[in-house]
Formats: sequence, C-alpha cells, structure tokens
Amino acid sequence: MANIPQRIVHEYLRHDKKFPHVWCAGCSNGIVLGAIIRAVASLNIDRNDIVMVSGIGCSSRMPVYVDFNTLHTLHGRSIAFATGVKLHKPHLKVIVVTGDGDCAAIGGNHLIHAARRNIDLKVVMINNNIYGMTGGQCSPTTPHNAYATTAPYGNIEPDFDICNLAMGAGATFVARTTAFHVQEMQSMIKEALQHPGFSLIEVVSACPVIYGRLNKKGGAAQMLKDFRDNSLPLAAVEKLPPEKVEGKIIRGILRKEIRPEFTAEYAALCKRVQTERGE
Amino acid sequence: MTEKEISKQTKHKTPSDKASLAAKPESKLEEIQAKHERKTILMQGNEAVAYGALDAGVNFFAGYPITPSTEIAEILAAELPKRNGVFVQMEDELASICTIIGASLAGAKALTATSGPGFSLMQEGIGFAKITETPCVVVDVQRVGPSTGMPTSPAQGDMMQSKWGSHGDSPAIVLYPDSVKESYELTIRAVNLSEKYRTCVILLLDEVIAHMREAVCLPDIANVKIINRIKPTVPPQWYKHYDENQKYLSPLASFGEGYRFHVTGLTHDSHGFPTNKPGEAAEMMERLRKKISYNIRDLVQIESYQMEDAKIAIFAAGISSRAAKAAIASARAEGIKVGLLRPLTIWPFPDDAVRKMLRNVDTVIVPELNQGQLIHEVERLTKGKSDGGLIPINKVSSELITPNEILNKIKEVC
Repeated sequence: MANIPQRIVHEYLRHDKKFPHVWCAGCSNGIVLGAIIRAVASLNIDRNDIVMVSGIGCSSRMPVYVDFNTLHTLHGRSIAFATGVKLHKPHLKVIVVTGDGDCAAIGGNHLIHAARRNIDLKVVMINNNIYGMTGGQCSPTTPHNAYATTAPYGNIEPDFDICNLAMGAGATFVARTTAFHVQEMQSMIKEALQHPGFSLIEVVSACPVIYGRLNKKGGAAQMLKDFRDNSLPLAAVEKLPPEKVEGKIIRGILRKEIRPEFTAEYAALCKRVQTERGE
Repeated sequence: MTEKEISKQTKHKTPSDKASLAAKPESKLEEIQAKHERKTILMQGNEAVAYGALDAGVNFFAGYPITPSTEIAEILAAELPKRNGVFVQMEDELASICTIIGASLAGAKALTATSGPGFSLMQEGIGFAKITETPCVVVDVQRVGPSTGMPTSPAQGDMMQSKWGSHGDSPAIVLYPDSVKESYELTIRAVNLSEKYRTCVILLLDEVIAHMREAVCLPDIANVKIINRIKPTVPPQWYKHYDENQKYLSPLASFGEGYRFHVTGLTHDSHGFPTNKPGEAAEMMERLRKKISYNIRDLVQIESYQMEDAKIAIFAAGISSRAAKAAIASARAEGIKVGLLRPLTIWPFPDDAVRKMLRNVDTVIVPELNQGQLIHEVERLTKGKSDGGLIPINKVSSELITPNEILNKIKEVC
C-alpha cells in the first residue's frame, strides 16, 4: 500500500458535513471504515460506482460519513436493498456494512438467501458481540455466559458462528479478522472487492463502552490486545492440537471458490430467452 | 343470481385460471403485440395488472408468492427477461419491498404484488419509501383477514391499512379499480404517480377482480401516457436529494450517475443527511404532507354515476360498486332516484366530491366488504348533519354484497 498517500481516507470522508461522528471513543467502526476506504483506493475504483448500504445499528451509521453513493436502510434489510441496487445496475460495486444483530438476527434470512444466490455483494459484518446502539442487549453472537443488559445473569444461549453460517448457505468468499489486524482486514476487503460472488468478511470488533464494560474486558486498547493474543491465523490452526485452538478467534480466508454469480446468471437467462424467441 | 352462486363462481375460477396460465407460458400480450393493433381479449385482473405494469415501463419486480396475487408474479417472471427487465423471487415480503426500493434508487421502475399477510410485512418498507421519497408501487390483492383469514376469498379490509399501515404520519396515494380494464389503467396510473410524486403508490385490488375474466381492449402502446421521474440537471455539487424549491416534486438522481447522495430512513434535511433539528424535522414532515395535499386535484379520481337527480347515494369502491350499479338499475326501473359515487382514488380521500354528494342527497348507503372502514371517512364529512342518513352494509363472510341486498336497503330508506 506504499503508493497510497497517507491521508487518502480524508479524501473519501464527508468531513465538511457529517462530523463529529456518533461512535464512542474506542469503537472499532472507524478502523473498519478506514480499511474499506484504503481497499477501495488501492483498487482505483471510481467512487461513483460504489454503493455502500447499511441497516440499523452502530456499524450501520457508517455510510453517512463516506463520499460514495450511500443508503442507510431498515434494521436487518440492508442485504435486501443491496440486492435491488445490484440487480438493476450490476456494474456497481455494492458494499454492505452491517453488525451482528443487524446481519445475523433480524437480517439472518436475507443473509442466507443472498449467500445461496451468490449475488455479488460485499458484506462487511462488524461483530461487537452486542447491540450497542440500544445500550447493550444480547445479540446472536454474544458468547455463552457473557453479560448483556438482557442477559444480566449471563447468556444461556449458544452463540452463532456467522462465517460457518455463510459458508453453509453457499457464500463463495468468507473471511474473518479482527479490528486489531488492520492490514489483514484491508487486504481481505480488497480481495473480496475483486471476487465475483457473495462475500462476507467478519470483523471481530471492540465495543469497550458497552460490551467491554459489562464483561470487564478493560479499555479499548486492552480489548484490541486481546484480539491479538486470542486469535490464530488459519494456517497456524492446522498445525496445532485442538486444545490449543479452543476458544480462539480463527482469522483468515476461510473460503474462496468460484460459482456462477447471480447477476451474471440473470443476464445469461435474459440472453437465452431473447435468442430462443428470435429464432 | 344468489349470493352463493356468485361466490361459488369466483371460487371455482381460481384453480382453473392458474392451470391455464401454467399450460400457456406464451403471453397474450405477445399475441396482441405481434399484430400492430391490439384487439379485445379476455383477461383476468391480475393479468391486466401485469400488462399494465409492463406498458407503464416497469422493469423490475421482486416478490414473494401469495394467493390471490401470484399470477402477477408469474406473468412478470415470463415477460421481464424478454425485455431485459429483472424478475426476482425473494425470500419473503420484507425483502421484496426493500429490494424494489433499492432497485428504484438505482433507477428502475419497480413494482411488487402481494396480499394481506404480505402487505402487513411490507409496511415498514413502505414507510421507508415514503420518507426517502423513492418511487415504487405495491399491488395489494385483498383477501379476507385478519391474519391468514380466507386466502381465496374477497374482502375490502385493507382500506385503512393502505393509509395507516406504517407507523408515523405518512400521506398515502391509494388507487382502487372496479374492473379488469380499470386494473390495467390504474396500474399505469400508479406507476406514473409514483414517479411523479416520488412515493410508494398502492393499488388495492379485490380478489374477485383479480381472478375475474372480462373482455378488455388494451390501448395501443403509443397511446399510453407514461410519466418518468424528473432527472437533475444541476452539477452534482448543487444537487439536493429533496429540493424544497421544486413545488415538492424535486428531481431524483440514481445511484451510479455521479451524484453520490445519501438516503436514510432517519428524519433528514434537504440533502438527505440525518437531522435532529426540530425546524428541519418539521420541514421534512410538511414536505411529505404538502406534496399530496397540494395536489389533490391531480390525485383524486371519482366516478359519479346517475347522481344528477339522486336523493339516495351509494358510496362504494371496487367490486362493491358493481353490485351497487346493478341495484341502481333495478331501483331506477321502479322510479327510485338513486346514484353512485365511486372513488378510484381512496387516498387521499375525495373530500370535496363526498361533501357535494352529502349536500345533494338525504341518505348515503356505504356497502363495504369489511366491518366499516370508508364509512368513517364519509361520516367525518357529515359535520352538523344527523348521521341517521348514513347507512352501512358490511360483510366479512367471504361472500360478496349482492345487488339485492343493496336494493333492499334502498327500498327501506326511500
């Protein structure tokens, strides 16, 4: 990334309009936004061709700050809106920014069906393990026994592995990283942007003000250090005994495969129907 | 014909119609377009909606199967790929409405079709289309509710939901045809109005009209009036997504055209950015209200039938108005002066026409296939008058209101 000017992020922000932002001190969302912008800049994608779509939640506030075509939608429905944009104008790069509640709880159905269709959307799911915007309720990724305002005695539910869910549903690019591993995040987003098919990147992120406080995780810096210490790259996992992998965040590109993409399939269908009729 | 016979007929039609559609994927539209001139053909209300949508320029449909609206999706699934339009079957109605809004923001003319349960699910998305002023059309082929109700039977129970279904104040444009031909015409009008007023327009259809076959002569495509959204002519840095200087009908850019605007379901300023300022919030809400209320004359359509000398009026929409017309013919034969006022636009409500009607008649009969919805709007306008002159006929049993029932009521009051 050496060829990119240092302040490239500033060129993409709507800094004259929408700042200061709504995120708390120590929130990882800004780190993810920075990574997305640098990935876009490194690929020289025309910003007029990028549509950033989000739902509701802390992470979903991201689009308003960035100078792309931006669409801040309803809780859980970002992938459905993005599907409409992409299907009508397949040449646009459609990036969905979503959170664990938005994507995996209320929006879970759209996630699995978009993955099944293999429509070329780039879903960046920022997983902070909690509902931050509404003040700290339990989400589908809140770990077992962790605390939330709606799990005051500890969460008795098992948590969701969103990457596994997406792979099970047919996503063709699935990756996981953390807010600590910024370079890795950036290169994953870059790779997803070049991948022709449904892509999901889970970014395990820090919500020090709510999740961290409720679960005594220390401050933002401590939470990021924990991501460094408690995560393993996929390559290392294969060499380690299972007990050393237990409880770790596994980082890396978990799946990358080529399967027919939905908008391309649809275009082919139109062509076939029209040719058959022409004969 | 007795009530039972009518209801049996309508019930019998559904399966056979579906079978014939499945057997003949080649559309009638194609058949008629092959010839230079369109001739009279027999078609269903749902078919008329689908062909109306195509003639209006709809090039994007996202939907989810639901009786009694499914034929609309089936026809568009066959037709849209032929003209590079998009048909996509979504995972549910929540996705359907959101997908057509996304497509519309990218520049498509987008439509979805559903029935009561799906219409309920779409309400949040409809509110989003209204606050973000994004053109789209939702066709709601009504069936008996609440809940799953009676999926293949007619009801007119969504009159109020079509206006108040989404939370918060949101002025509505809702059209209501009474025939197969009018289903075609009002579908085109719904698409046109959605483009002109930048909002979600709702077309309410009766199950009976959706599945009834009538002889229809579609107009030559050259004679179909199409309205497209106004595109901005200013450079991107001057573009306002909600331009307050344009009589509330402001130009609309699409994603990917260089304008890079922001769209949010949050209360927003004229650029589309979220705001918490009371002044800007009030301005946005006023804008949504005024773009409808300042254009009532353009939006409201009514049919006034034999009202010139009427002492008794019937106020009815959709299929109930057809029973009313039959009752009027019988009553007039006996010398009773009775007429019909029929709203083709139920929202905004035709206040002026109803006020005029109330001035000229002693009694108004309001037949509806619900427990009394539009009658309250008529009642609202009876100010000062005794409401003794306002008589409901309601039915929610899956059967239609018959001409005889209306005729008997006319005879009771005259």
